[in-house]
Amino acid sequence: MARVFMKGTEAVAEAAVRAGCRFFAGYPITPQNEVPEYLSRRLPEVGGVFVQGESEVASVNMVYGAASAGTRSMTSSSSPGISLKSEGISYCAAARIPMVYANFARGGPGVGSIQPAQQDYLQATKASGNGGFRMPVLAPSTVQEAVDLTVLAFDWADRDRTPVLLLADGVIGTMMEPVVLPEPKTEEEVAAIKASKKSWACIGHELDYAHRAWIQPGNWSTLVMQQVNEDAAAMYEAWKQEAMVEEYQTEDAEIILTAYGISGRIAKSAVNLLRAQGIKAGLVRPITVYPFPDAAYDRIDYSKVKAILDVEMSIPALFVEDVKAAVKGRARIETCLCSGGNIMSREAVISAAKKIMEG
Amino acid sequence: METNLCVAGFGGQGVMSLGKFLADATCNSTDKNVTFFPSYGAEQRGGTANCFVVISDDDIGAPLGDVMDDLIVMNGPSLAKFLPTLKKGGNLFINSSIVSDQIDRDDVTLVKAPVTELALEMGNAKVLNVIMLGVYVGFTQVIEPAIVWDTIEHKLASKPKLLPLNKQAFEKGLELGKAQRG
Repeated sequence: MARVFMKGTEAVAEAAVRAGCRFFAGYPITPQNEVPEYLSRRLPEVGGVFVQGESEVASVNMVYGAASAGTRSMTSSSSPGISLKSEGISYCAAARIPMVYANFARGGPGVGSIQPAQQDYLQATKASGNGGFRMPVLAPSTVQEAVDLTVLAFDWADRDRTPVLLLADGVIGTMMEPVVLPEPKTEEEVAAIKASKKSWACIGHELDYAHRAWIQPGNWSTLVMQQVNEDAAAMYEAWKQEAMVEEYQTEDAEIILTAYGISGRIAKSAVNLLRAQGIKAGLVRPITVYPFPDAAYDRIDYSKVKAILDVEMSIPALFVEDVKAAVKGRARIETCLCSGGNIMSREAVISAAKKIMEG
Repeated sequence: METNLCVAGFGGQGVMSLGKFLADATCNSTDKNVTFFPSYGAEQRGGTANCFVVISDDDIGAPLGDVMDDLIVMNGPSLAKFLPTLKKGGNLFINSSIVSDQIDRDDVTLVKAPVTELALEMGNAKVLNVIMLGVYVGFTQVIEPAIVWDTIEHKLASKPKLLPLNKQAFEKGLELGKAQRG
């Protein structure tokens, strides 16, 4: 397929359609408005349904409903809107409903700013709603990766009957970049996906009342609820084997930069420039931030490494908490941060790395 | 090889379209990596608007660099804001119809084009961005002019009436840009 020049939000929306998404409900918020705008036009073309809900809460619950009926469904928003959706996300997690949602994160807390940020890390990876559930959180660093991870998100969601979060940011959402789009699923394939959910989804029970689908975001029996949570915990444990990470120039590295999403690509270009100046830098970039790729941090040769430099667009640093847990005290950890809608400067990353190496 | 370009002006001057035409043409016609990143506030017409285009043979890190190789300035406030980001030896393109400020740097190459006046002479103030795109492509030769024109033609396919004027604007810009090459 030829490459096309697309905006991140529109590329994610198109990837969703090609992955078989046939229902989207959302509510406007900058910087992700092109997702609903694009899908309002595109979904009807493929027999899908687009709804601009009256609120974020309504939208996420429409997705809960559509996905419960077996349709690949999605919503998207940006930071404050994602907070509003948390109730519905938790219900989907409890009822084991596959759905995909995207956060094109912006500055926070509160209404924050409309510019890009990475300040939703803990919310995304630790507590996207009440009740202690987990879900795969995929963090693209390019528009191409956003496309690829959107497709993966739908497959992962269906396979494990779980919500999946695409954790992007305002840069990935608003920038344009060449992408190669996946082949669209045929109508037969989309129908087959839906039919494959017959054992649990509300897609007709042919008068077999004993085995009709029953979507339950909880259970009044404490014993059943504990079993539900034990099953989910076993699934989360199994996900550890599926963590995805990019390790770049780490073999002989004396300083390891670590970052995810937009900061990850900026850190990667800083690694190249540091290497050109004779500083042996490397990069560990988690692609799944949940499950977190701890093993990549175990593969670092700590006998050579002077420090780990955590690069993120959040003050205070949040991602660093997972990095600390993975590094387990084997190296000093420093941070290079910006916040509030400011975009990470490559020069700032380079000078932070140099300061460590010269210090 | 990586080129960082910033295009800055008022909302309504076609700053975003200028950047997008260039980036899109690069995507369509080369194997290079290219990014387009818009930056604007809540304003629309009359507010400030700027965008960044990065064209590179390697992976692109930040879609907006700290230091610009080339800077296109369509109005006065943008000059003050972005001139400090232009590298030593960089190229500064100004809309000399309305940017009358003194350029307080002698370590950059100045390319002047009165694009607002030229657009008005052509009968449509809106084509100033296409003239400036022509100036930029003509001066830097960053990409084949014919490919940029193909992209503009493709983007304007739904408005064929506008094609002759845009063609005239682009060619005028190319001519001005080429003439100022050393």
